[in-house]
Amino acid sequence: MTRRLMEGSEAIAEAAVVAGCRFFAGYPMTPFTELLEGMARRLPAEGGVCINAESELEAIGMAWGALATGARAATGSTGQGLALMQESLSELTRSELPLVLFNMARGQADYYQATRGGGHGDYRHIVLAPIDIGEAVALTQLAFDLADRWRNPVQIYGDYLLAHTSEAVAVERLDFAPLPTKDWAVDGSLGGSGASRNINPIGMTKGSKGIEPESFWKRLQAKHDEIAAAEARYESEHTEDAELLVVAFGTVARFVRYVVAGLRAEGVKVGWFRPITLWPFPAQALAEAAAGAARVAVLEQNAGQMIDDVRLAILGAAPVIPIGGISSDEAGFGIGPLLDVDVIRDRIEAGLAGREVPR
Amino acid sequence: MSGDDNRTRFVVRTDRVPEQPASRVGEQRPGLLRSEDHDLCPGCGEPVALRMLLEAIEELGLGQDSIGVVGIGCYTALTTLMDIDLIQALHGRAPSVATGAKRMRPDKLIFTLQGDGDMVNEGLQEVIHTAARGESVTCVLLNNGVFGETGGHMTATTVIGQRTKNTPEGRDAGYHGHPILVTDIIAGLGGTAYAARCGVYDAAEISRTRRILRRAFETQQKGVGFSFVEILTMCPTGWFVPTAEGPEYLDQVLGSVHRLGEVKVDGKLVQS
Repeated sequence: MTRRLMEGSEAIAEAAVVAGCRFFAGYPMTPFTELLEGMARRLPAEGGVCINAESELEAIGMAWGALATGARAATGSTGQGLALMQESLSELTRSELPLVLFNMARGQADYYQATRGGGHGDYRHIVLAPIDIGEAVALTQLAFDLADRWRNPVQIYGDYLLAHTSEAVAVERLDFAPLPTKDWAVDGSLGGSGASRNINPIGMTKGSKGIEPESFWKRLQAKHDEIAAAEARYESEHTEDAELLVVAFGTVARFVRYVVAGLRAEGVKVGWFRPITLWPFPAQALAEAAAGAARVAVLEQNAGQMIDDVRLAILGAAPVIPIGGISSDEAGFGIGPLLDVDVIRDRIEAGLAGREVPR
Repeated sequence: MSGDDNRTRFVVRTDRVPEQPASRVGEQRPGLLRSEDHDLCPGCGEPVALRMLLEAIEELGLGQDSIGVVGIGCYTALTTLMDIDLIQALHGRAPSVATGAKRMRPDKLIFTLQGDGDMVNEGLQEVIHTAARGESVTCVLLNNGVFGETGGHMTATTVIGQRTKNTPEGRDAGYHGHPILVTDIIAGLGGTAYAARCGVYDAAEISRTRRILRRAFETQQKGVGFSFVEILTMCPTGWFVPTAEGPEYLDQVLGSVHRLGEVKVDGKLVQS
């Protein structure tokens, strides 16, 4: 397939359609808006539906209804809009509905929101953080597969750079292992049969009075433990003899990869590690990658969020230092002075020398 | 006056032998109702409303073509009795969930079941926009003017003077504001094809409730727009009145503010 110059939003929308997404609802907000526009353009021609929701609360509610009928459905926003969706997101997880959720974030300060969430109760969802548009095309398709495979929401954590820059990409349909049929979905046909369904987040079973929350929640916990063991993904380079291991995620990792390659060419013993899944966090792989390092540096574009997971992975085996920080343009969209290879090189060199960086 | 003011009173004749032997109502249980053994309070109107809803669906032959979206309230406990495909929504959020389901399954009857706290307090924006979009779904409001599940607290439909646990001296317009007459708001929207208010306080009104639900579902089947049914239900527990006085309280207190009758039929406001 030939590659085409595509804006990230357009490529992600195309990837969602190729993955079989047939329902999308959203509320415009920069830098998510173009993804909504892309879905509005593409879905009707595919026999799908894209609705301009009245708010983010309705957008995720509409996706909820579409998912319950067995359709592949998605919604999204920025972290601000996702904040409004948190109640539904946690309940969707307990309803075991396979939502795909796009956060075209304003920078990287939604890491806690993505990995911890702001909803109620014990719940987890998979978070995929693409490094570039090409990977976003693949991870978007993977997101729909994982969501169906685990009956659990999956979030794509993107940002302004991913959504608003253009690259030459080919959106090709990826094949995944066969999925079980959606024998849990409702199509309205089971009324009066004694076997009608109730897709619900509280462990209700028809015909039995009351609910059994403890056993229901424990079953979900067991599923999330399985996901944690099976789905951690990462990428790393130059880790074998690295004295300093730099950890970064998403589009920021692309800058780090470039700077580390340059330093390596100069003989500097530095490596890099990138979690592709923010949850489950690839803790074991990171601990192994950092085994010989004197220091681990975390370069994230926020006040220090992922560094908690890095420290939990390293468990005191090496000092873990922050070399990123808050960085934004005047609009607050997250394109700040930190996103510059010279600045990042300075930060990594500070990390190598054990110097503190301005935060 | 409403477009349906035919309140036939059923009279049991004693001057001749009946043509058919009497049968107990319990023996006529709709096929979509698994059991009548519910856990709601004595005198509650919600099980009656639920039964009318299921009977209406059954009469239309749509039992195998219906998906309900249920909110959070006392009636949520009734879902275990409903032998019909359901989606349990969050408090207030059923109309958007119903929208997503309808858009993916346009051939199915999609309805919501919500209380006044759920629909008019928590999620008023949802139902208004769903109606304005002319979404081909039916939203059913069970309105008892009180948060029954929490033990009797004021909702947006509580009428002036009504005592609740957080309006102990009665709802005061100056202090607590005015009730929202939601059917009238919904009826005024262009996307609404059918809107009616009914009650379950006596046999005639119960029977009319079933007919109104049928008309709402038929409106959805025709695909001509949004349909809305508000059913006033008794909550003697939440009203702090003796159980036997529930129906009269409903008729006299709630019913005098939330006026019963069809408000919009075939996309046209009913002249009163």
